[in-house]
Amino acid sequence: MTVQNLGKALEYKTLVMPNPDADIINGYTSDLLSDVMGNAPEGSVLITIQGHKNSIAVASLLGMPAIILCNNRSAPDDMQLAAQKEGIAILSTGDTQFTASYRVAHLLGRV
Amino acid sequence: MQTIPINTYNSPTVILELIYRLKVKDVMTRSLISVNLGATMRQVQHLMRSNSITGVPVVMQKRLLGIVSMDDIIQALDNGYIEDDVEKHMTRNLIVLEDDMPVSFAISYFDRYRYHRFPVLNKEKELVGMVTTRDISTRLLWEINHEIENIERMNQSTRTKNGLSNEVQTFSILKHDFENAGFASTEIKKKLKQGNAFPRTIRRAAIASYELEMNIVVHSNGGEIIAEFGPESITITSQDSGPGIPDVEKAMEQGYSTANEWIRSLGFGAGMGLPNVKSVSDEFSITSSPAGTIVVSTIYFADQEKSHMTNPHLPDVQNVAKELA
Repeated sequence: MTVQNLGKALEYKTLVMPNPDADIINGYTSDLLSDVMGNAPEGSVLITIQGHKNSIAVASLLGMPAIILCNNRSAPDDMQLAAQKEGIAILSTGDTQFTASYRVAHLLGRV
Repeated sequence: MQTIPINTYNSPTVILELIYRLKVKDVMTRSLISVNLGATMRQVQHLMRSNSITGVPVVMQKRLLGIVSMDDIIQALDNGYIEDDVEKHMTRNLIVLEDDMPVSFAISYFDRYRYHRFPVLNKEKELVGMVTTRDISTRLLWEINHEIENIERMNQSTRTKNGLSNEVQTFSILKHDFENAGFASTEIKKKLKQGNAFPRTIRRAAIASYELEMNIVVHSNGGEIIAEFGPESITITSQDSGPGIPDVEKAMEQGYSTANEWIRSLGFGAGMGLPNVKSVSDEFSITSSPAGTIVVSTIYFADQEKSHMTNPHLPDVQNVAKELA
């Protein structure tokens, strides 16, 4: 599923979407970047509350095309700049990580 | 939307990051010369002259009530009320900055309003400083100089040759420099990609280098990441200048961390860094003393990968990569 279609289906707010056609095949939910680093599969959307630039660095290194920021966490300007540069989408929602995770899993046909 | 008098779409990101990263409190003058309500315009005039300043805030117990500017003083001299109390003639309609705002705000305020200085308030609405354009330009010059130094240092160590063989990249990593964290690992990843390494190798090297880089940023007094691209393997060495790991065995356990709350709030300090590095390495070693810690992680290229790297046009590479992954 493309990042764009995922964002539309979830009806989450798009903060940055430099590469709408990037393909999402999986998801990973965590707020610990080391945990993400060690375990997240490539092509995953990262579901997290970590709204800062280092999340973009991790997503970029792992080839994760999108980040969903839960609980209405904001993305600082430097994070959005970095996301734009690295071609990573940022979506924002009031959903919790749990809700976002099962909705994403459902859309990706992983339930 | 705030306006900054430079193009924010394709300016060098290092400058943009600077004006977003620096806060008003980083550039403001903290040594305040102020008066209270009972002071006279004459007293303010003397204060201005003896301190070479052009604006004096009027405060009551840290609350900002107004500002007397050079212009107010000139008016007072012109119209003969220089002996009056400041209360009558100070400027009350003030535009203020908060100390936590990015400097980009201050820059756009100076661009938008005619004022030469802005008072700075903290969250408790107390006056904590003043900002002038001079404060901003001085600090920006200092920071830009610092950034350019960093860039020059990185350029020296990342000058590229053709192919991967026997190339060495060295990256200096500063303590608590979360802003540039990830630079070394991104460069190493790029290099491996250019060299046609397999995605799985690139991912392992990215994990090892990122964790080691973050360890230097989070825990050490500063150090460096050295990446050696050999024909058989990539070796990533992290060395720092202390303070060392008191219990290396414990540090290798998953979930053990000495990181503080602030670092944890940034998503680090999960106690998985070193275990992550070890799990992606074919060879791994760590030595630590108060003088510093050295971690060496080596990742071997697969046989098919080596031929792919020397001849990237071999067929069926995608399938080989899939089998390996």
